[in-house]
Order: sequence, then C-alpha cells, then structure tokens
Amino acid sequence: MHPAFSVIFLTTLIGVGQGLFLALFSAQAYGMAKLLPAQSGSFFANGSFLALLFLLGGLFAAVFHLGKPSYMFTRAWRGMTQWRTSWLSRELIAMPAMMGLTFLYAVFHWFGWEVDLFGWHVSGQLSLAVGIFGVLGAIALFVCTAMIYAAVKFLQEWSSPLTVVNYFVLGTASGFTCATVYASYQGVEPELVHFFGGWAIALTVLGLITRSFSLLRNARIKYKSTVQTAIGVRHTQVQQKAMGMMGGSYNTREYSHGKTGAFLKSVKWIFLVLVFVIPVILLALGLSADHTALLLLAFMTQYVGLLFERWFFFAQANHPQNLYYQTI
Amino acid sequence: MTQLALVIDLNVCVGCHACVTSCKQWNTSSEKAGPLFDDRPYGEDPTGTFFNRVQTYEIGCFPNTETLHFPKSCLHCEDAPCVPVCPTGASHKRAEDGIVLVDYDKCIGCKYCSWACPYGAREFDEYQKVMKKCTLCVDRIYDEKLPESERKPACVLACPTSARLFGDVHDPESQVSVAIREQGGYQLMPEWGTKPANHYLPRRKTRMHIHEDELVRTDNPLKKEDIRHGTSDDVTLDDWLM
Repeated sequence: MHPAFSVIFLTTLIGVGQGLFLALFSAQAYGMAKLLPAQSGSFFANGSFLALLFLLGGLFAAVFHLGKPSYMFTRAWRGMTQWRTSWLSRELIAMPAMMGLTFLYAVFHWFGWEVDLFGWHVSGQLSLAVGIFGVLGAIALFVCTAMIYAAVKFLQEWSSPLTVVNYFVLGTASGFTCATVYASYQGVEPELVHFFGGWAIALTVLGLITRSFSLLRNARIKYKSTVQTAIGVRHTQVQQKAMGMMGGSYNTREYSHGKTGAFLKSVKWIFLVLVFVIPVILLALGLSADHTALLLLAFMTQYVGLLFERWFFFAQANHPQNLYYQTI
Repeated sequence: MTQLALVIDLNVCVGCHACVTSCKQWNTSSEKAGPLFDDRPYGEDPTGTFFNRVQTYEIGCFPNTETLHFPKSCLHCEDAPCVPVCPTGASHKRAEDGIVLVDYDKCIGCKYCSWACPYGAREFDEYQKVMKKCTLCVDRIYDEKLPESERKPACVLACPTSARLFGDVHDPESQVSVAIREQGGYQLMPEWGTKPANHYLPRRKTRMHIHEDELVRTDNPLKKEDIRHGTSDDVTLDDWLM
C-alpha cells in the first residue's frame, strides 16, 4: 500500500495522546490508593491538555486524508452515521469522544471540583470517574483505529489480532514515555517519574515482542489470491502483458509504496532500533541519572521511530488488486 | 430480487478497447457519473479515471502460448465488501437491482472502500476528489427516451464481437444466466466470498473429432477409396448369396 503521511501522523499522534492519558489516569489512581505520591490538580490538568494537543494534532493530520480538507466541515459528520458496519465510522465517533473526555478530565482537575462519589473521603473522586470513561474511550479508540486495518481481510498483513495489539501497545508505550518526560519536566517526586519510566520501558519491550510476532507472521504469509484466481485461468504460467494503460492510474499509485525491497527492509531495521532499542537505553540512562534531556531524547527518538514503523506497516501490506497491475 | 450484471465472454473478446472508450465517452458526458478527468491525455504518461480496463495476459510458455484479453470493471458483488466499510454511506448497493454505486455528494474521499475491493475496481478522481466506479450505466439502462434495444450499458452496445452480455443473473432464464449455466461462467477470486455478480465465460477450444471410419466409409457415399478386404478361399455365406 502507499503510505499516506496524513494517516501516519494521525495514528502515531493519537497513540501518544491516548497513552499519555492512560499514564496520567494510572498515576491519579495509584496516587489515590496511596501507592504513589498524590499530585496536584494542575499536574493532571496540564498533562491532559498536552494529551489533548496530541489528539488535536492527529485530527489535524486526518483532515489531509480526506479528498478535500473542506470535506471536514461539509461532509465528515456523515462519517458517524455508518457505525453499525464501518470501523472507520466508529473511529470517527470514538475520536471526538476521547477528545471530549480528555478535555473534561483536564477541566475537572483544573477547577478541582470535588464530590465524595464513592464515599472514600479522598479528593479527586469526580475526576477519577471522568477518567474511567476516558480510559474506556482511549481503549475504544485504539481498537477502532487498529480495526480499520485489521478488518480489511484482503490485506492479509493487517488482517490479524496482532494489528490491534500492536496499535495498543505501541501507542501506550509512546504515551508513557511522553508521560515520563512530562513528569520529569514538572519536577515531581522521582517515584512518579520512575513509575512512568518503568512502565514505558516495560511497554516498549512488550511492543518489541508483539511487533516481532507480526513481522514473523508477515514474513511467512501465504497469499490467498494468485494471478490464476484473479483471471480464472488454470495454468501455471500466466504472465501479464498489458494492464490497459501506459501512464499509470489510481490502481498503480495507491497500492504500491514505489520503493525497492532493500529500502523496505532498511526501514524495518531503522524502526526496530529507533522505536525499541534506543528509547529503552535512553530511558534507563535518563531515569538512573535523573536527566530530563535524555528522557526527552528518548521520547523524540521513539516518536520518529514510530513514523518509520507506521510507514513500514502500510508499505508492507500487499493488496490482491496488484495481481491485475503487474506490468505496463 | 434482481441482480443486474455483465457476462464477459473471454472466448470472443479481441482486446480492442471499444468498451473502454465507449464507457469513458458515455460516462464523462453523463450528468450522473461525469466528468471523468484525465491528466496529459495527449502527452507523455497519460493518466485518468476509467471505469473499465482491458488487460492482456499470456498463458503458457512459448511456443505453446495463448493470448487472453481480459476486460475488468466493477463486478457488482452480491456481498460487496466495499459497501459496509464506507463511513458515510456514500458507497451503497441498490436493493432493487443490485448495482453498487457511490453517492458523490456524500463521499469524503477517504479511499477506504478501494482498500476493501480485492479487484481494484474503484478509481479515485483526482479532480472531483471522490471515489468513482462503474455504474452499469444506471443513467442509460432505465432511460425510457432511448429505444429499448439501447437501454444497455455503453460497453455492451459498443462491443463489436458481442463479448459482453447484460442482464439479470438472478432470473434463471435470462440470457446471462443461460450463458453462465451452459458455457461454464465463473467468478473472479472466489476465495474471498465476495460473490461477484459479473461472470466470465472461459476460452474454449473448438476441436473436430473425426473418426477414421467417418472419412473412409460412412461419410463417403462413393466409396471412392475402394477398400476391399482380402478374400477367403473358404466357403462363406457370401458365396451363396451373390
């Protein structure tokens, strides 16, 4: 498939936003359970505004995936109507919902609104309740985003539960790395920075495992369609001689990355190093030395790596329609 | 329930592209589907939006090769995978006649439907920024201003060898159903379960089966070759009769 930068930025940016939200919520929950030092409302409010910025960045990138950016205002609302059948439609519902909940979570923390909802006599119960919905929203958005790809059975590289697992784990890992940087910049207790950082490392390692599984799966994939089933001729030797046009078409542009196999392979190794290896090392160093700049570098490396990862994710998928477009 | 479709006879198609050009001509000037834009139509690397393409395949190894001309357009699948994925409902399958259409006023150009089509039947229009596909000339086949014989898709009318048949594949007695049933009509990529409505008729070899006996005895009234068996010295029934 042709990797579109709009979708690459959309999926990676909202992944960071959702992961950051999950990190902030877990810090609040742990803080209320007295497992971690409790933080001020402004810590969570600013953090969720940061998460909201990532989500908005993703939304901005998504605008460029539409035929015309103006469709965002004139037609995109229709995209919420087919949620019964379309995962893309479900994502179009889950994304604003997640943004709204992140915004509410930030507002409740900012103003410090308190209600003793659960009778625990601890502050932050109202924002925790909003946060629970936010967690459900974040998970729903991860599932919707990944299912857009996993639900297309023709793209066999994507059509696997591993796609959903990877979107969730990689997004959460980058979000926790971002939370580590944020907590370190805010100068909060080292326990919290270590909590975020420890989970960032754990999730990144988990991501390496799950992503490697999908790489291994895709390396030995058997394609269901062949040129024989495509044209319905039973012969071992079938060769296309003409695709019906000379200057290319949508079919030759949209379904191929247009790069060499060696380029594709190099991108794979680049993302494996940038997403997993370097961030884990930098996170470990930054946490042990309590060095904010190293943590920031870890996040930036991981994010750039995720752009490569997402490019590879799209480029690796081989569409059966390419069987009809093998030669001019 | 009606399911309109095309049946394409690969035994007859000569790869002339008349269906491609007539489709483009009809649909680019149609109010419903057009215009279908082109870039550099007379320059280097011309490219544009088409609903129909004729491709050419070579089957076998030289010298035992065969050329197959293969027209490909939307197959109007009965279980069309491009329809449920559309987030806006722009991509739809008509209940009354089974034609899969795109509502250009609802399409947001996200291209998701084209990912969900294993046949590459949909093409994105780079100027109108919406997804386009074969409409089975829906603006022609119901047009009562046209004589009844012309209420067919443009490609069917244009085909000089009548390789394209048009009709209801759910009516067992229709021309298309009979052709599918009696001439081995098949669907493309059956492994995906999309149930394409369009069918293809395979190439057929016409071979004469002539028995030696037909040449030298039965079909030769003059017995010109004058074949006689060797005679026997023994007394046979013939000696008594003749």
